[in-house]
Amino acid sequence: MPRISRPALLLVPLLGFMVLTYLVPFLGIVQWSVTLPEPGLDQYRAALSDPLVLSVFLRTFRICAVVTAVSVASADMITVLWVRGSPAQRLAVELCILIPFWISVLTRAFGWLALLSTKGILNTWSQSLGLLSEPLTMVRNEFGVIVGMAHFLIPFAAFPLASAMRTVDERILLAARGMGASRSRVFFQVFVPMTAAGILGAGLVVFVFALGFFVTPAILGGGRSVMAAELIYLRVFQSPNWGLAAAISVVMMVGVGGLLALLMRQARPAVPK
Amino acid sequence: MTTRPGLLAACVAALIAVFLLMPLIAVIPVSFTPNRYLSLPDGDWSLRHYHALLENPAWAKGLGLSIGIGVVSALLATSLALLFSLGIWIAKPRYAGLWVGIALLPMVAPPVVSALTLYFFLITLSKFNSFVAFDTWAGVALAHSVMIAPYAVVLITVALAQVDRRIDLAARGMGAGLARRTRSIILPNIRFGVISALLLTFVLSWEEIGVTLFITSVKAVTLPRLMWMGLRDNIDPAIAAISVVLIVIVVVAVLAKTVLQRMAEVTSK
Repeated sequence: MPRISRPALLLVPLLGFMVLTYLVPFLGIVQWSVTLPEPGLDQYRAALSDPLVLSVFLRTFRICAVVTAVSVASADMITVLWVRGSPAQRLAVELCILIPFWISVLTRAFGWLALLSTKGILNTWSQSLGLLSEPLTMVRNEFGVIVGMAHFLIPFAAFPLASAMRTVDERILLAARGMGASRSRVFFQVFVPMTAAGILGAGLVVFVFALGFFVTPAILGGGRSVMAAELIYLRVFQSPNWGLAAAISVVMMVGVGGLLALLMRQARPAVPK
Repeated sequence: MTTRPGLLAACVAALIAVFLLMPLIAVIPVSFTPNRYLSLPDGDWSLRHYHALLENPAWAKGLGLSIGIGVVSALLATSLALLFSLGIWIAKPRYAGLWVGIALLPMVAPPVVSALTLYFFLITLSKFNSFVAFDTWAGVALAHSVMIAPYAVVLITVALAQVDRRIDLAARGMGAGLARRTRSIILPNIRFGVISALLLTFVLSWEEIGVTLFITSVKAVTLPRLMWMGLRDNIDPAIAAISVVLIVIVVVAVLAKTVLQRMAEVTSK
């Protein structure tokens, strides 16, 4: 038996904890997925062919793709000022990113309800100004879900983007400006390509995060535009089908694992040996 | 000639900043509505929903429970993460990537999968005891520890990466044992990392709702769980009042941190 050094024993408590509380129970979920209600792969067949489940998957992908594009683009444009702006701009942007980041997801979803619902602030104002005769439906549909999720995820995209932007050598931008490129040309043709790896990384992080997220969609979607994560919740607590919930979870875990492997592969060249 | 972002960039960023802050500001007027439903105060501002927070004992109970669970799970998660990160730093074991991967699993897995996994774990434990079980405070604290430990590992590992290995080698060369080196050399150098880990893990547990929804029903009602119940069916404006309180706490804390940081930068210059 190979000798284990004494400091390596320090790893044991956390690893043991994770194996007992996470890895073993996850195997239990895998077991549910192939034994409930009866042994076999029926639940996977259902998860991959049932029209209802497929439409939920499709909607999940569509919403996550839109949310990823919106939040990474917004985060990129605001992070530029966080990294390269004047000291006052930096401070302002930092507060605008950090304050929402620390506020609970429930409070933020509630804020969107207060703004967007039929008796909410935007509808009340537009009606009293005569801009609208009927209240506009902006929550309990996909629009509300996309707005709420993008709002939640912008700070998560801003952190990796900021660290990518900090590695850009300012002299290259100065050179491009000196050779007569306009500000927007420098941004789109020099700065964005130089931070492409960071943008891709932020996109993957946000997309993976969005996939497994269900609090904001449940509140702002109002049960109408159900996403995969909410479907799992519903199949456990409202119209129970634990086998299906477990099968969807396993599919999701495998999918996210694949995406993360992709992330690792594209991140590797950036780390010099 | 400057490479500072121009006016256009500033305007776009300002729009995004408005988008980021808007829902937080929107909560404030709604919390003063005199009505029982989500609406704007129509000239008539009322404090009834703030009174409701004080009068309904469920809010105080949820607050106490969330603080208790936050403290216990932050301490447990940070201690385990501290031992683990020290082990990785000192021993540089084989397959370190694999061990770190396992330690970070709950952070990278989809939250809903973690929620279902911990639900399975706790209902299984419920068959053997009624203390650490489904819908108990100890069960929630245990599940939160699983979810927040990876964040503590990240923060403490980052802090350790900045420690100069040569001071540890010097101590070792002068005959200090593992315990002595840890106590007198390593821990003092990473104390800010450990304190940040404690704070972050507490906040993460305090806000946790995704997993909590799966592992509680009516007995262990944390503050976020209570808010969730008020948000799902008929939207209760008391949620606006509690949200304003939480927003004020965060704004004060973030501003205080920013000011303290600036002062530290000024004095160190």
